[in-house]
Amino acid sequence: MAKLSLTVNGKKIEKEVPDNTLLATFIRENLNLTGTHVGCDTSQCGACVVHVNGKSVKSCAMFAADANNSEIMTIEGLEKDGKLHPVQESFKKHHGLQCGYCTPGMVMSSIDLLKTHKNPTDDEIRKGLEGNICRCTGYQNIVASVKDAIGKV
Amino acid sequence: MASMIGSKVERKEDKKFLTGRGRYTADINLHNQSYAIFIRSPHARAKITGIDTSKAKKASGVIDVLTGKELQDDKIGGLIAGWKIVSKDGTDMKCPAHPALATDLVNYVGDHVALVVAESLQEAKDAAELVKVDYKVLKAVVSTGQAMDSDTIHDGIDKNLCFDWELGDKAKAEEAFSSADKVVEMNIVNNRLVPNAMEPRASIGDYNPSSEELTLYTTSQNPHLSRLVMSAFNAIHPEHKFRVIAPDVGGGFGSKIYPYSEDVVMAWAAKRLQRPVKWVCERTESFLSDCHGRDHITNCSVALKNDGTVTGIKVDTIANLGGYASLFATVTPTYLYGPLVLGLYNIPAAYCNVKGVFTNTAPVDAYRGAGRPEATYLIERIMDKAAKELGMDRAEFRKKNFIRQFPHQQCLVHNIDSGDYDAHFDKALKLADYAGFEKRKADSAAKGKLRGIGFSTYIEACGIAPSAAVMSLGAGVGLWESAEIRFNPTGNISVFTGTHSHGQGHDTTFAQIVSDKLGVSVENVELVHGDTDKGPFGMGTYGSRSLAVGGSAISKACDKIVEKGKAVAANMLEAKPEDIEFKDGEFIVPNTNKKKTIGEIAFACYLPGTYGEVKSPLPEGMEPGLKETAFYDPINFSFPAGSHICEVEVDPTTGETKVDTYTCVDDFGNLINPMIVEGQIHGGLAQGIGQALYENAYYDETGQLVTASYMDYCMPRADNFPEFRIDYTCTPATSNPLGVKGCGEAGAIASPPAVMNAVVDAIGTEVTMPATAEKVWRAIREKSKSAKKAA
Repeated sequence: MAKLSLTVNGKKIEKEVPDNTLLATFIRENLNLTGTHVGCDTSQCGACVVHVNGKSVKSCAMFAADANNSEIMTIEGLEKDGKLHPVQESFKKHHGLQCGYCTPGMVMSSIDLLKTHKNPTDDEIRKGLEGNICRCTGYQNIVASVKDAIGKV
Repeated sequence: MASMIGSKVERKEDKKFLTGRGRYTADINLHNQSYAIFIRSPHARAKITGIDTSKAKKASGVIDVLTGKELQDDKIGGLIAGWKIVSKDGTDMKCPAHPALATDLVNYVGDHVALVVAESLQEAKDAAELVKVDYKVLKAVVSTGQAMDSDTIHDGIDKNLCFDWELGDKAKAEEAFSSADKVVEMNIVNNRLVPNAMEPRASIGDYNPSSEELTLYTTSQNPHLSRLVMSAFNAIHPEHKFRVIAPDVGGGFGSKIYPYSEDVVMAWAAKRLQRPVKWVCERTESFLSDCHGRDHITNCSVALKNDGTVTGIKVDTIANLGGYASLFATVTPTYLYGPLVLGLYNIPAAYCNVKGVFTNTAPVDAYRGAGRPEATYLIERIMDKAAKELGMDRAEFRKKNFIRQFPHQQCLVHNIDSGDYDAHFDKALKLADYAGFEKRKADSAAKGKLRGIGFSTYIEACGIAPSAAVMSLGAGVGLWESAEIRFNPTGNISVFTGTHSHGQGHDTTFAQIVSDKLGVSVENVELVHGDTDKGPFGMGTYGSRSLAVGGSAISKACDKIVEKGKAVAANMLEAKPEDIEFKDGEFIVPNTNKKKTIGEIAFACYLPGTYGEVKSPLPEGMEPGLKETAFYDPINFSFPAGSHICEVEVDPTTGETKVDTYTCVDDFGNLINPMIVEGQIHGGLAQGIGQALYENAYYDETGQLVTASYMDYCMPRADNFPEFRIDYTCTPATSNPLGVKGCGEAGAIASPPAVMNAVVDAIGTEVTMPATAEKVWRAIREKSKSAKKAA
């Protein structure tokens, strides 16, 4: 068993979990934050992306134990005082989501992308989101959403 | 109030998804829940000679291990094919028994053999390793083309042939060919695809021994039909005590229309074990056991006159059905396919023969477009080839053969009510700058690249509905749709629909219709769907039918609300009902200042009593309340059509193909929410371009699915596409009151031939889908080798 002490969405968490617990499982099953989704078993789809110490990470590719002492942000932590994060707002405005399943991972990856690329081109946005699969949108409105959020993150 | 119909209204459902508050089946956890793992066949074809569950049953945390024997003991019926196809010799199609858990034989890798139920997922997984299944492995039948010449998979089904179906007038078609100036023939492969909704399937059974109610939470596009099938055919539980809930569903694309073995088994296991049982599919499991799509091989030919008139078409297709016949597996390659091989052309003679064959692969069923992409692919590919062989411009050749008079009774099945094919093709040619293509081709050549342009002028039959038509063609159910409008006493509205939204944005689109029809704001309209205990029985979402059929039912229910409202308003305003006008949410007596808002009328309907001097607002004898139900069964399919133009650039040194531009002009009739329509096109295009360039489900000769993960099956990513150029034309549908035609499948139907025609145009030789870099590179090499030989 692994003893964990970490911050999730600004809240201090202390838990004990089996050593082989994936971070995605920990977030979904132990913390009941089901906004983080699992869409594959090979760390390809990106539906489970969260931020670990401010950087986007596929939470199915990391043990919960390895996130000890870190700061985690999930999709549930973005909204502040009932106000959507600018990237969430932008996805809504530009119809950047349909079934919503890839959306949490897509939003978390987009935020990281906009932090590391202050003024990305369309190509940079498309390449930057290459680790997230969406089957509904054909990506066009996701790109439009990210573009519109440039300078707002 | 400004009209909501036609407005780009932001989606009502988005906030929950953007904040992580969507509630998908896997997110649901029930009190005292247990966890299930399926034992699946590792072999494509084998006899089960023994199953030993004794060790697994003793393992830590295991509640039970269930096999096909227990399922049989409980008299649970097998899965069904819901559409009867009659072969050309007059015999009914032949479908094998399809038990939810196999007893004697397994027929594909991933077939269901046993179920381990335990207190935790980990314990279920550990115990699954202890279930010992003995198999006698048999030679697998894998190839679509050779299935009829291989071992018989199912006893009594000769040549593995489910049906040998025909459509059209063979003699008349032969006549067209014998009098043709030229015949162009083509062999076509339509590659097998895995639908890959991003949410893997999941299912939770929950039985309440007190009320005897059985609830199944499942990832379904079609909860009412699932319940009907599981009650009537699987005999799990009576329909009135059986509730199927499809909560938020993360995409479907056809793969979640039908109840699967896992649904049947979860519902049954929960009842048998008197515990909630939860199963969540893993992605590789999903590759193996979700129904796949397409998988046709076809020989087709067209009869031509020298002036470019197409006088006939012949199509000979073998469609792979997989190991068993899934719910819509038999209609997909027949009635959803055959009638559409004519495209949007005026072809007077046609004959289509389809042989549906069983193989030891996952069942094949409806996948976005279902039959229509396969038909469109063949007609649009052969139209290109024919134009080239006649030495005609491919655009001119298409235009020469367009249908121009409406309604147009095609020589096969459909009577097309409306359209203007020149309008969308001309607009698309302009938007894509066809005139400037040669210059762009020269620019590409200067960079050492090969540029090609491809057209796809397509039509589809959508709004999958008219019950009389579909039932005469073999459907086991009518395909009408239902709606209920409940005007609540406080003035807001609950709308119940039998369709299901899993990304299509019904909450918003349908609210826009109600908002316009009844004059209430979109915010005050709430759509309820996905729960058989709420709202009337409905037929679900597929075949671009939700708006054309379900939306029309809603529109009709709104009309009934207005009709009752007029009677009540007339009574309250002391006028005649026929004199009352309803506009923007108000009932008005014309040329007076007398009016009542619809909110006041609704309130009055719920308070019909007489208070002293104030007499009841309801006319004598009228029932109180304001709630109306409507069932809508359209008179015809709807026929969306459009023109798609793709330009590709191929690097001959690597074979890599880049979609440089993609232009489409579609005629979907009236648009309710253009923003949502655009999103539907984008998604369809990505799937269609994915089929053309990237995706392929590949089984090796032993029946192992080689492409069973995202490491091996190439899913299209953001950097695979250019920005799509989109525009519309509009000829409203005449088959429904909204004038809508449906837009969900168009992108996936139109784009594969547009892309492939462009690729073939660029490299000057044939290549099959997916046109991967390796295949294109080889095709270019082969072509130059043969050119050298010839020289």
